[in-house]
Amino acid sequence: MSETTSRIIKIATKKRYKNKYHWTDYFSYFYLLLGVLLMFGPVVWLGLSSLKTLAGIQEYPPTILPLSQIQVDVEGYDKPLPIFNVTQEDGSVKQLAQIKRIGINAKMVDPLNPGETVKVPIDKREKIREFKIQWQNYVDPLRKYDFLLYFKNSTFITVVATIITLIINSMAAYALSIYEFRGKNFALVFVIGTLLIPLTIILVPVFYVVANFGMINSLWGVILPGAATPTGVFLLRQYMLTLPRELIEAARMDHASEWAIYWRVVLPLSIPAIAVLAIFSIMWRWNDFLWPLIVLSKSEVYTLQIGLNAFHGELTSQWNYVLSMTMVTLLPIAIIFAYLQKFITTGIASTGMK
Amino acid sequence: MENIRNQTKIFFLRILNIPFAFLMHAIDLIMWPIQKIIGVRNMPYIFLLPNLIFFGLFVIIPLGANFFFSLSSGDELLFAERELPTTKQYDQLFDCESYLNPNTCTEDFFWRGVYNTIFFVVFQVGLMIFFSVLTAVILNKKIIGRGFFRSVFFFPVLLSPVVVGLIWQWILLKNGAFNAIIESYGGDKVSFLTDPSWAMASVIFVSIWAHMGFYTLIVLAGLQAIPPNLYEAAEMDGTSRERIFFRITLPLLMPNLLVVFILASIKGVQTFDEIYVLTGGGPGTSTSLIVQYIFTTGFASSGSVQNFGLAAAASMVLGVVLLFLTLMQLYFSRNKESKHQEI
Repeated sequence: MSETTSRIIKIATKKRYKNKYHWTDYFSYFYLLLGVLLMFGPVVWLGLSSLKTLAGIQEYPPTILPLSQIQVDVEGYDKPLPIFNVTQEDGSVKQLAQIKRIGINAKMVDPLNPGETVKVPIDKREKIREFKIQWQNYVDPLRKYDFLLYFKNSTFITVVATIITLIINSMAAYALSIYEFRGKNFALVFVIGTLLIPLTIILVPVFYVVANFGMINSLWGVILPGAATPTGVFLLRQYMLTLPRELIEAARMDHASEWAIYWRVVLPLSIPAIAVLAIFSIMWRWNDFLWPLIVLSKSEVYTLQIGLNAFHGELTSQWNYVLSMTMVTLLPIAIIFAYLQKFITTGIASTGMK
Repeated sequence: MENIRNQTKIFFLRILNIPFAFLMHAIDLIMWPIQKIIGVRNMPYIFLLPNLIFFGLFVIIPLGANFFFSLSSGDELLFAERELPTTKQYDQLFDCESYLNPNTCTEDFFWRGVYNTIFFVVFQVGLMIFFSVLTAVILNKKIIGRGFFRSVFFFPVLLSPVVVGLIWQWILLKNGAFNAIIESYGGDKVSFLTDPSWAMASVIFVSIWAHMGFYTLIVLAGLQAIPPNLYEAAEMDGTSRERIFFRITLPLLMPNLLVVFILASIKGVQTFDEIYVLTGGGPGTSTSLIVQYIFTTGFASSGSVQNFGLAAAASMVLGVVLLFLTLMQLYFSRNKESKHQEI
């Protein structure tokens, strides 16, 4: 029994280079663990901290878990006071509530005997903590501020823009892959040529066009300028080129209209490519920042990204709300990633775009 | 059980399909007569039309308009109310006693942006490619939990610039987690984002953190395209691992790296949003790049008057740089393809 186990272990840990571990193996695991800490740590830290009280967030040095200090109501004081374990001169430990801190001493009171105050050196006291999750961080901003509205705006833009992008890009890809017609090469070059012109170099005139249509401070002003994407057309076209032509000929024999061939034959067969484009489009739209920042200047049309940035700008000290709303902003994308991880990574690796 | 789940799935897909099919049938009511009139041969033009209209309106017309904006002056957005033609904008942009010293320029903010962008791109792209290759090589090894590690390194790519900016702004606070770690090891607190000599380094770090996963993925795809029999042959000959890396992996990865390098430069030159959230270009102008200049000059009207013409002129300068980089990318990726075909 033990012999087989040891053999299994031997096989499982067998290395390409005999049984010796190369220094690169140790280095690899060290690097990967460091990587997990650095890449994933900040997001985990954000999630944990978004459940802390504001005082807990501002505490330095910070605690990892949402542990908040226990507070008690003491007779004669308006605010609840934080309690500490205080080591007395005779070595015994007593629970006292702190009224305020003065330099290296703290003015404290015994909750059982509120009339008397004592001075305690700060290094003699220790905080009493309890595990407490502050769901209020998530509820308050959604109620008091307009975050639900921002969420709605972001969702609207993402959904509508993705639908428009999918329909018009697949139409163009269909024309450029199935048909032979005069000017096809010109159209292809034209579409690929627009790849060379990123939004950052035509900010002013696109703003001019959008303003001419009266779409400043309208969600449509965000949706329409980016609806036709050259990468999308190209991705779908490459996929549609692989579809068998016989299917289309057969549909034509059955007197299907060209539009019917497009949506009943070609679209359903192109679902894998369309799904990749859909995920990209959702990601682009949900995370978009620069263009909405230019077009949307009224708070009732803010997207989640713009709203979050503005909210942070106005209330720099309210980190508890900022952190929880940052969580809300990243959650939809994180969930999509968790489900479709393989899909996304192969999509990016094969198209070289994001 | 599986069967029932599949059936419910199909049922819901069918329900979702109803509005889609309805819409498509409705469009067909218009498309069918059009096809009758113009014939099957001309239908592709109809299919192309919506996309071309969008490209025309939001890419081609703006591209032309950018010339007019950069060659005109005035505070109005409408062409009729602008003064043209004039090279005033370019004159103002390039009015410098010495191009090496931004302080002598009329538009010192622009020139600081140019120099900051150069500095940013050199370090961000250089370090990012170094770490992407390192990570990709490690992830390409036979290690335990490869899928997990790969998604961990990739994950930040999906985060929005605002989320990235806010997370790091908070971690890099003077009383933030980073400083707590430094202090626990006996170091001194650093003002990562408000100290001018640290702000640029922090911004580069965060930008690498956010985008590294994307390039790692592309390099990883390049690594996996290297034929495994080369490695097997080298192993048979007892070649050391270091030698295998420098003599096989790196040379065969080179064409791929060139494309990654240019792709990263194109993106790097256009960096705006993370920095805007993280430091707002500050302290002072120490982290403000070119796109930030365009944005502030053209749109953020706090205090000064918006100057569309000047912003457009700066866009043209940026456009020339990007055009050069893109042509280089096309040239190298064509070279890469022809090399692959030779093999």
